[in-house]
Amino acid sequence: MTQQAVTKPRVGLFVTCLVDLFRPVVGFAAVKLIEDAGCTVDIPMAQTCCGQPAYNSGDRKDTRAIAQNTIEAFEEFDYIVAPSGSCAGMLKKHYPGLFKGDLTWEPRVAAFSAKVHELVSFLADVRGVQDIDARLDGTVTYHDSCSGLRELGIRAQPRALLGQVDGLTLRELPDADVCCGFGGTFCVKYSDISNAIVSEKTSKIEASGADLLLAGDLGCLMNMAGKLKRQGSAVETRHVAEVLAGMTDQPPIGGRG
Amino acid sequence: MQITSPEFKANSRAALADPQLQKALGNVRSGFIEKRLKAVADLPEFERLRDSAKAIKDHVLSNLDLYLEAYEGRVLEAGGKVHWCGTAEDARQAILAICRGVNAKVVTKGKSMITEEIALNEFFEKNGITPVETDLGEYIIQLRGEHPSHIIAPAVHLNKDQVEEDFRRVHDHLAPGRDLTEPEALLNEARRVLRSRYFEADVGITGANFLVAETGSSIIVTNEGNGDLTQILPKIHIVVASIEKVVPTLDDAAQILRVLARSATGQDMSVYTTVSTGPRRPGDPDGPEEYHVILLDNGRSAMLGTEFQDMLRCIRCGACMNHCPVYHAVGGHAYGWVYPGPMGAVLTPSLIGVDKGGHLPNASTFCGRCESVCPMKIPLPKMMRHWREREFERGLNPAVGRYGLKAWAFFAKRPRLYRFAAAMGIPALKVFSFGKERFSWLPLAGGWTKYRELPAPEGRTFMQQLRERDAVMKQAAP
Amino acid sequence: MSGREAILAKVRASLSEGGNDPARRAAIEARMAKPPKGVIPARGKLPDDARVDLFETLASKFAATVERVRSHADVPKAVAAYLRAKNLPAAIRIGADKRLAAMPWDRQKAMEIRNGPSDGDDEAGVSHAFGGIAETGTLVMTSGKDNPSTINFLPEHHIVVLEAADIDGDMESVLAKVRKKFGKGRMPRTLNFITGPSRSGDIEQKIILGAHGPRALHIIMVDG
Repeated sequence: MTQQAVTKPRVGLFVTCLVDLFRPVVGFAAVKLIEDAGCTVDIPMAQTCCGQPAYNSGDRKDTRAIAQNTIEAFEEFDYIVAPSGSCAGMLKKHYPGLFKGDLTWEPRVAAFSAKVHELVSFLADVRGVQDIDARLDGTVTYHDSCSGLRELGIRAQPRALLGQVDGLTLRELPDADVCCGFGGTFCVKYSDISNAIVSEKTSKIEASGADLLLAGDLGCLMNMAGKLKRQGSAVETRHVAEVLAGMTDQPPIGGRG
Repeated sequence: MQITSPEFKANSRAALADPQLQKALGNVRSGFIEKRLKAVADLPEFERLRDSAKAIKDHVLSNLDLYLEAYEGRVLEAGGKVHWCGTAEDARQAILAICRGVNAKVVTKGKSMITEEIALNEFFEKNGITPVETDLGEYIIQLRGEHPSHIIAPAVHLNKDQVEEDFRRVHDHLAPGRDLTEPEALLNEARRVLRSRYFEADVGITGANFLVAETGSSIIVTNEGNGDLTQILPKIHIVVASIEKVVPTLDDAAQILRVLARSATGQDMSVYTTVSTGPRRPGDPDGPEEYHVILLDNGRSAMLGTEFQDMLRCIRCGACMNHCPVYHAVGGHAYGWVYPGPMGAVLTPSLIGVDKGGHLPNASTFCGRCESVCPMKIPLPKMMRHWREREFERGLNPAVGRYGLKAWAFFAKRPRLYRFAAAMGIPALKVFSFGKERFSWLPLAGGWTKYRELPAPEGRTFMQQLRERDAVMKQAAP
Repeated sequence: MSGREAILAKVRASLSEGGNDPARRAAIEARMAKPPKGVIPARGKLPDDARVDLFETLASKFAATVERVRSHADVPKAVAAYLRAKNLPAAIRIGADKRLAAMPWDRQKAMEIRNGPSDGDDEAGVSHAFGGIAETGTLVMTSGKDNPSTINFLPEHHIVVLEAADIDGDMESVLAKVRKKFGKGRMPRTLNFITGPSRSGDIEQKIILGAHGPRALHIIMVDG
């Protein structure tokens, strides 16, 4: 092991369940981006999901068990990074509340949560990345996913990094800060309402004139891509990390055309 | 009013299929949001005022017993009366007794959500008293036999042509040729009709935005002036207010007023902020001869000291619903009781029970926009989640979802098993897509595929690919 | 147990507080006697002239009309001119305010002056303001025989005389003056803060002036 490798910060990548299952390329893009930003990346096998489905369904007991697994698997790292504002928000903002009053876990979760970052804001804010090495010829628009935006304050960072991509034109999405209607289990439990919300969103996306939609959360992306494709839209959809890493060989989410 | 919150899903489907409603809701999506944004941008101290307002209410709530006693003392000193009412029924009976005391036939009302909560109009009608709503929006929906669909814009679900129809139906003095197509004409018609009602009324009822312990005053905030005519023209002014409305001093009210109108309508101040204290003074030529306060608990005291206490900071500005994607989609009536939107999703289960109001805290994407605009910094999504926890503990959520969740959690707690199941399932799902990048239909995914395609998985999971990649790298290593 | 005792007992149980903790009571009494200084926006903290200008700017922004005159003696003439300009009959409703009464109304020969509270048939009413708030362009009115509340709401046009010297920067400063005049913890029956003429946005969110209160609010500001 070289001296340089020792001083590099160690990042534990929390892949997120949706990336693991549906869109592995986002995980590999995250690995590349974090390594390019001067860090080493480890991917603990003992990770599953952040626990939001249980947490948002009112099941605190299972959420706590899942959270304990995650903390145990990741607390050794200098940073814990997730390619999702929603999952990072869960780890950073909601885990501490699960262990309130638990003297053993309270300090552990506090130390853990302090090290958690969403991928794009980690690159921009913590690593100060200014030399994204990627090219994409086209017009893109960006949706601010709710958790990242309002829990973690992610708004400027993805725009700053996308600004470094050669050939890319960013066209702002009107009401980019309005929910896409995904909401985890909400989109199936209240599918009629979710559909109304996502339809509003896709009409704005269409009107933006962009040919590629980006965002930082796979849940929202699958929802919007799924609606765009059902409507026969030509707009394609990708996770922002794919573009930043220059890894756009995979077909877009939900396919083309 | 009849509670239809348990039918939230059916209500919302009907709302989504109602083109008139959808057209009217377009006004909410744009107007309120822009106006608030501009008013907030014009006041650099806005964020600090939010903190100040929150601190005031938190202080009051932890000393509520003492402030209520102090407030009552000052009301009595000023010559008013306080009626402590534990329940809606107590409040209705106290109000009826006051009205009967003057043999009241007509009662005018300023806009008040609390009188909706105690279903006062229906009660008056049953008891031979005519309630007249005087706020323009409230007047319109009273003609229609409806309830408010928004806490500050009660008729926001209607379009002007619907209002014209109602006026033509009810105001039988209207000449058929009279032009009522524009809102101005409709307003003038309502103004004319209501003018005589103010003078006719024996009793005027208003709500209160604040009760002030320092002075025994009640404060209402309005734009039309109807709340003022309602209280200064009749012989008796009755204020109906819930216990958490009390603030220590007028200065505290001044702090909260700075965030109230800006959050509600984007005004710096509402047109009329009226501080009322007791009945008219000796020598006063106008004002009510009696001043009564109905001080209502109706479930609030039980929220104190619980995870729902923060909800009692609410000042009823409506910003949460103005910014809610679910409210934008279905409007206020779908929520099925008095309080719609995010504040209703938290408050309704507290007041009517989570067994009836359980859908409301579930029908949220947790997008957090409500909390981000709430002037009182009420953590609305967090409290909706608390309701979901209570439902889960009591086993109130549907069995299918419950078992599905349990099965998922079983795997999520066991990383090896989870990886194994994913490695089996996901490639199989990919095969099932027959080379396509998406599914239009999939067993058990009907909730998703009813309205959208389901993007197909890439193929092997990230973890599978990672292992293969590592294996290749290890082989290649010297 | 009375409703009062039952509610207070429930509140105390929820708060886990006993009823008669003298320290708690003393703390809230002290807070009521001297509320903490809240956040006062810088907007209204201005030297005299600028403060009066800000009041004028904001009152106009919120759809009142503002006219400045140099002395009390100019007010009746200004009122008469306003009525003429609006094509209104030369008649006003007015209370018993001594400052208003001392103005030379007799020079407006044609002017009919009706004294007392409004009965709902007045086109125009004239009041004297207790003060003004520059921060929001707000008038402050106190009820009583001098300036009956009905004059604030029933006439189609409300004309308010305001001394420029009575304009404060913020609501808190005005409230301090109210306490001084009426006594601490005491109030007139009605204290009205009025910001522009009556309006409603209840039909399709379109703002229309003149809902139930006056359609027009005209402020005559007396300088000096």
